[in-house]
Amino acid sequence: MSRKGWLRVAWAALALLTSACIENAPLDIFKPKGPFAEQINDLFWPVFWVAVVIFVLVEGGILFITVVFKDRGGKEAKQIHGNTKLEIMWTVVPALILASIAVPTFRAVFDLTECGADAMPVDIIAHQWWFEYRYPNEDIVTANELVMPAGVEVCARMTSGDVLHNYWIPALNGKRYIVPGQQTVLRLQADEPGYFVGQCAEFCGLSHSLMRARAIARSQDEFDAWVAQQKTPALEPAEGSPAAAGKEEFLAGQCVQCHNITGVNEVGFDQFYGPDLTHFAGRTTFAGSKFETSAENLKTWLANPPIEKPGSFMPNLGLTEEQMDRLIAYLESLE
Amino acid sequence: MTATATRPSSTIFRRPKSTEGFWGWVTTVDHKKIGILYGYAAFFFFIIGGIEALILRIQLSAPDNTFITAGEYNALFTMHGTTMIFLFVMPMSAAFMNYLLPLMIGARDVAFPRMNALSWWIFVFGGIFLYSTYLFSSPEPPVGLTTIAGNLDPSELGWLARGPDGGWFCYQPNCGPFYTPGHAMDFWALGLQILGLASLISSINFIVTVFNMRARGMRLLRMPVFVWMSMVVAFLLLFSLPIIAIALFMVVFDRQFGSLFFAAQAGGDPILWQHLFWLFGHPEVYILILPAMGIVSEVLPVFSRKPLFGYAAIVFAGAAIAFLGFGVWAHHMFSSGITPVAQAAFGISTMTIAVPTGVKIFNWMGTMWMGKIRFKTPMLFAIGFLAMFTIGGLSGVTHSIVPSDWQQTDTYYIVAHFHYVLFGGSIFGIFAGLYYWFPKFTGRVMSERLGKVHFWLQFIGFNLTFAPMHWLGLQGMIRRTWQYPEEAGYGPWNMVVSAGAFIIAISIAVFIYNWVVSKRRGAPSGLDPWDARTVEWTIPNPTPEYNFAKVPVIHSLDDFWHRKYDEDDDGRAVRREDADETIRTLEEEGRNPATPIHLPAPSYFPVMMAAGVPTIFYGFIFHTSIAGKALIVIGALLSISALIGWGMEPLEEPAEHH
Repeated sequence: MSRKGWLRVAWAALALLTSACIENAPLDIFKPKGPFAEQINDLFWPVFWVAVVIFVLVEGGILFITVVFKDRGGKEAKQIHGNTKLEIMWTVVPALILASIAVPTFRAVFDLTECGADAMPVDIIAHQWWFEYRYPNEDIVTANELVMPAGVEVCARMTSGDVLHNYWIPALNGKRYIVPGQQTVLRLQADEPGYFVGQCAEFCGLSHSLMRARAIARSQDEFDAWVAQQKTPALEPAEGSPAAAGKEEFLAGQCVQCHNITGVNEVGFDQFYGPDLTHFAGRTTFAGSKFETSAENLKTWLANPPIEKPGSFMPNLGLTEEQMDRLIAYLESLE
Repeated sequence: MTATATRPSSTIFRRPKSTEGFWGWVTTVDHKKIGILYGYAAFFFFIIGGIEALILRIQLSAPDNTFITAGEYNALFTMHGTTMIFLFVMPMSAAFMNYLLPLMIGARDVAFPRMNALSWWIFVFGGIFLYSTYLFSSPEPPVGLTTIAGNLDPSELGWLARGPDGGWFCYQPNCGPFYTPGHAMDFWALGLQILGLASLISSINFIVTVFNMRARGMRLLRMPVFVWMSMVVAFLLLFSLPIIAIALFMVVFDRQFGSLFFAAQAGGDPILWQHLFWLFGHPEVYILILPAMGIVSEVLPVFSRKPLFGYAAIVFAGAAIAFLGFGVWAHHMFSSGITPVAQAAFGISTMTIAVPTGVKIFNWMGTMWMGKIRFKTPMLFAIGFLAMFTIGGLSGVTHSIVPSDWQQTDTYYIVAHFHYVLFGGSIFGIFAGLYYWFPKFTGRVMSERLGKVHFWLQFIGFNLTFAPMHWLGLQGMIRRTWQYPEEAGYGPWNMVVSAGAFIIAISIAVFIYNWVVSKRRGAPSGLDPWDARTVEWTIPNPTPEYNFAKVPVIHSLDDFWHRKYDEDDDGRAVRREDADETIRTLEEEGRNPATPIHLPAPSYFPVMMAAGVPTIFYGFIFHTSIAGKALIVIGALLSISALIGWGMEPLEEPAEHH
């Protein structure tokens, strides 16, 4: 092949490699949206480029050797047994490169470990397979979506109700295990209002892949309004409406045993429980953020939860079409 | 020996006489036969593990796929990892060590031949025990809290979901009795216990063999690098297996007797399990890679027609890796909430271990530099190892950037990393070894043409499979995920990955075909098909039962090479005029020992004693029933009576003319 031909191949390869990156992958670790994720991102790229240089040198070296030193007959090879200077060089140089990487790395480790003094605490309790959020200062309990003020650090204090989980919103910070019987801490902060996708990253049983997380950053005013709204009890549906019938359905069936709706029933944290539904309709997703909140999805879910999320503790309640419609009407009224 | 020779050899059985046929293989204590048995068994499990991987890849080839259930997925990825590590790479390394270690140090067998047979039988029974979970584990719902209504009907999870499904890492408390009831994880934990026993026995055997059985002149620093790496691995096994043995017993006690070591609700510590597991698990990584490094260190000099560059540096780097390998375990746990000081310490040790690894890579490149490289199939796989392992090493360094690891960990980036190390490293190395020593096993050479087809298919398939996992992981695709949503955008690249996996499968089929055909009809290899350097090539192929007709005396590193080549004034190798004559003589003498050679006689007792072990463990799993208690007693009696018979049986059978 001509030199031009090789050049074209090289360009095509480069184009393929750059197109390797998926457009708009929501969990991309290279799209930091807050200071902590930013700091990690800044740490990665210099190391990446050092690795690229070493990669090119070694792989290029191997390629060069295989081409140039192919046996083409003639005299045998010189029997070289080694070279002490070279050995020292390729021990010391990599060690120095690594040492220079180590310094900023460990600075970042210490920086990122402890929450700032002004951070807003949020308790995250992980369950198979959904995240629960409690705001101790605001006295709010919600699920699936972490609502936070933009530009303010949230100090997530995490523990688990059952097995190991791992909280991960790539745009805001790296991962941190959630361990039953222990408290782990994660700093989260978004610079601007936005909607961030996350995922439980530690294998936690059958529906591990469906245990997703969301973080929603709002401006301080909007956040304050959200807090005020969350503190109110559930809306009472208008008499005679489908929602009111749904409320009757909720109270008559098994739902009340696990799901709390403030002002309607009370489910304590000291028993087995599911997500709090008081302001269900205000959330964009449900069932561990597997579903976008919509009547259609709710129907799919209510028809047979253990099929939609294998192993789900919410049983198949054997609801009729009418019962589901009434419950959905009620759930959708719970702004 | 005459004193023991007159004693009746066994009171229970007549001693097996024949070394041929089925019973010949069952009762053999010959290190070569045991090596071959290890090799075939390991390869069988490689195919099983590969099929498991293919099913996983079909499931992941498209978003929101439902080809298999979540339960089946979890069981398959658990068994894929467990199989490839404990039932393929480890026993395949053991196969090479068994067959080659005595040959490479000029010995007629290992130090304890019957113990060697015992270790093989325990291994194979352990593998069967582990997989028998599919027959015996009761299909209980895999989720705890059974008191709450509405758990999934276990029958809806599918038959494959009956296997162990807690991950090969068995993270607590998910792997505990509450969240993974049923017997599958008991089979897993006790199966690993049995396999660990086999490795422990052979590690002691290999250490003693290397220290005591070397031929005259085979000083430690004249040993081939493969022997060195095998010895290092044996020490790693010796020190790391007791840790996992204790930890696995803690798991089983938690599961069977409610001992609550790892149950957080009762004050147990799930993170303690991770420390114990990885304190074994990281040395284990080097147990998997060091034998392949040893193989590559044999193959590269032969086909570059030059001595290994920096022999001592490579040996010491291997030992350094093994030492440091015990001090890096918590880098598997950077995001577990350990303190920043601990994270920094383990970050530093992780960076440090990159240095000796780099030393090895540069020395291998130095070996090829200025060589006269012959691209035979073993060499292609060795170069493939070098090129692919380097990529795995570089991605490994990015994990030591601790905060960066918080983003990378538990994503497909990690899956890409360790497959570049273990597949691109260990498995490429294993194939280099299989092609290289095939003449030693069979007296024939494998087809070069098919070998090259195999290499290129595997090389392309491997990179198509594992390279895209790097960017899939960096763009957020988590590990151990049964499904991923369509909007995440991972679909197209996962399709590429799955296609690559099937190309690997095709390449393995080519290898099997090549093996079967070459074994029957391959070109006869003669004594020295590769113009080799080490002492195992100074005896005829296939290896005679007694290995060395005359025990060799070793004068230098690469002893065989120096019997064939001198150096001229420029330091270039020059073939001695009597080289061909030397080879002819070796062939002639190797086939006709001057005096009769006594070899360890076959024995029933190793297989009998090994059979007792899984019997006890089956009984242990079903200990609540009468049958279980009976099995414990039967197994114990079997092992103990075998032990007594073994003790009364002399190693060698007295010959008539003594």
